[in-house]
Amino acid sequence: MAEKKNDKLLIIIAGLVIGVIAAALAFAGNPKNMGFCIACFLRDTAGGLGLHKAPPVQYIRPEIVGIVIGAFCAAFAKKEFSSKGGSAPMTRFVLGFFAMVGCLMFLGCPFRMILRLAGGDLNAVFGLVGFVIGIVCGIFFLKNGYSLKRTYALTQGEGYWMPIIEVVIFVLLLAKPTFIAFSEEGPGSMHAAVILALCAGLVVGVLAQRTRLCMVGGVRDLVLFKETRLLWGFIAILVAALVTNLVLGGFKLGMTDQPVAHTDGLWNCLGMLLVGFACVLLGGCPLRQLVMSGEGNADSAVTVLGLMVGAAFCHNFGLASSADGPTPAGKIAVIIGIVVVALIGVVNTYVKAEKAAAEAA
Amino acid sequence: MVDARGQSCPIPVIMTKKAMKSNEDYYEVMVDSKTPCENVTRFAQSQGYKVEVEDKGGEYLLKISR
Repeated sequence: MAEKKNDKLLIIIAGLVIGVIAAALAFAGNPKNMGFCIACFLRDTAGGLGLHKAPPVQYIRPEIVGIVIGAFCAAFAKKEFSSKGGSAPMTRFVLGFFAMVGCLMFLGCPFRMILRLAGGDLNAVFGLVGFVIGIVCGIFFLKNGYSLKRTYALTQGEGYWMPIIEVVIFVLLLAKPTFIAFSEEGPGSMHAAVILALCAGLVVGVLAQRTRLCMVGGVRDLVLFKETRLLWGFIAILVAALVTNLVLGGFKLGMTDQPVAHTDGLWNCLGMLLVGFACVLLGGCPLRQLVMSGEGNADSAVTVLGLMVGAAFCHNFGLASSADGPTPAGKIAVIIGIVVVALIGVVNTYVKAEKAAAEAA
Repeated sequence: MVDARGQSCPIPVIMTKKAMKSNEDYYEVMVDSKTPCENVTRFAQSQGYKVEVEDKGGEYLLKISR
């Protein structure tokens, strides 16, 4: 029992630290309510690398580099680093792709959803409702035997790719060669000092790796097992970010004129529904995928690539929302995403079960 | 014996939960990383079981008994 209490205390402390850092980063130069946003930052990084050409959202975010490297170091030090993969990589890529479509409909990943709530952005309440509904949809399949089949140990080198790629990307950020794009205005131009952002990422990466923090896991485990550990992390981030915002003057309650947000409740809800649904089928939120990619999990690395390619498509095809609201194409993409994710659920729950039953007979 | 090696979160716990429906006093669960090892342990303890973990070089055998 004592161990269990320590467990909970640890994730609460980690959540509080992460919440303070995340809220403070917005005062150090990051966009408002965007101290951290895995979706936004992967999108900015994709833009920085020229995978999309949306001028306001191009910047290599050191926070992403920090999270992966922090998780890598923590896993390595605790002998938890191991190269694994081979569990339906393309399905995970597609799930990652559509999770990003949902995130960019809402304008934020589950992590930023918490930060938006902590900043008083009530549009995020609609997101939270959709997020919970999406998670419940995913749980339905989990309960009925959904699985993407097992991962296997891979050659030792496999798990090092993501950390290596992050280091290379970081070098590109520092070197600023002409082929790397940097926003001159818009969210991409707003950022904390590189070293500060990198350190914030490292701390969050280490803490998230040690505590297995996962925004989707909190609600999921509560509904599935009445297990609240991960949810406490979620709540601690919310409380810490809220208090930090109140102290530093970053709290503004309301729906209109919220930073990097729109007021279309239905689509905020449906966007996050898609995110919650896809992430339950993936086994973790975008932050958790990033952390696991640093632990040597090649499936999570492929998921992160899916998220990045999804972000690039969102901006190339005009699917991403803006402060003016969602786009017609974005709405169609979210609907397609929900259908595709549901089909992935059906195929990997029922079709597989039928086959196994046939084999047994 | 539940073989939950290589399964994504939270499937190892779901597999354990399903197995426990048979209401026996002893189960073995095999996982291959630290996170499911902790999660299955936490779940089994919440169900009133004791858990002994055997490290088999990157894989973990959980002996769950009551």
